[in-house]
Amino acid sequence: MSAALDLITRVRGVRGAMLVSAEDGLIVAEQLMEGVKGAAVAALAASLAGRLQRAMEAAGIGSSVFWHLQGEQGALLVVPGGNAAGGILVVAVAEPDVNIGLVRLELLRAAEAVV
Amino acid sequence: MSPQTRAVENWTLQPLTDFVREASARMVLVLTPAGQVLAQSGFSRAVDVMSAAALAAAIVASTGALARELRQPPFAALSHQGRKHGFFLASFSSERGTLAVLAVYDLAVSSLGLVQLFYEQLAADLKAASPKGAVPKQVLAADFERELTDSLNTLFGR
Repeated sequence: MSAALDLITRVRGVRGAMLVSAEDGLIVAEQLMEGVKGAAVAALAASLAGRLQRAMEAAGIGSSVFWHLQGEQGALLVVPGGNAAGGILVVAVAEPDVNIGLVRLELLRAAEAVV
Repeated sequence: MSPQTRAVENWTLQPLTDFVREASARMVLVLTPAGQVLAQSGFSRAVDVMSAAALAAAIVASTGALARELRQPPFAALSHQGRKHGFFLASFSSERGTLAVLAVYDLAVSSLGLVQLFYEQLAADLKAASPKGAVPKQVLAADFERELTDSLNTLFGR
């Protein structure tokens, strides 16, 4: 799991990465810079993931593969690992100018690695 | 179940209301380790509050005794998760004495992570709001039934 997080945190501009249990919103593994409130991000990201999943099911567009929330001072990027990954979310907290494409790629790789 | 939040001691009301909203908790009790209820949310029947408070107090007492046997400080929190619901029980010290919080949540709308997260805020808010310098009131066995009846009347607006 640590190796999976290494893939993400080595990208420049990533302030931390976590594996989060989607069901209960608890951290399974983390590599976070100081100042990132891991427990809060994990709990709220898992809650959001559950609601997004229901919204997407209601819209008839299947499961989410990747989501990206851009804030003024950073970004939150999440890949739901799905049932194959035991309901694990792969979460990254990044600087606003991070290379989103690269982080997305590493999140998807990390999700595959934790299956 | 009614989502109404009511308090026997008014300083508990706002922190509890905030916790229920933010953690999407279904039912919550704030109580003393003796089982005296200070506030409740989501319960519609007095008998349910009495049962939940008695059981929560018993769990606090038994886990406290277990911790003493293990020569450890008291356990900070206890969590149990079923198929549809989970419950979370934790205690903390305040100017009002030790208080316990019992929260029941639906897994479809909340999670242990959310409840834990907002419990920390609830404990901090209750500590800040608790009357300073107040000596925790001891409920004697002889007065217990009257105290209980008064509390339930307040909680259910009778």
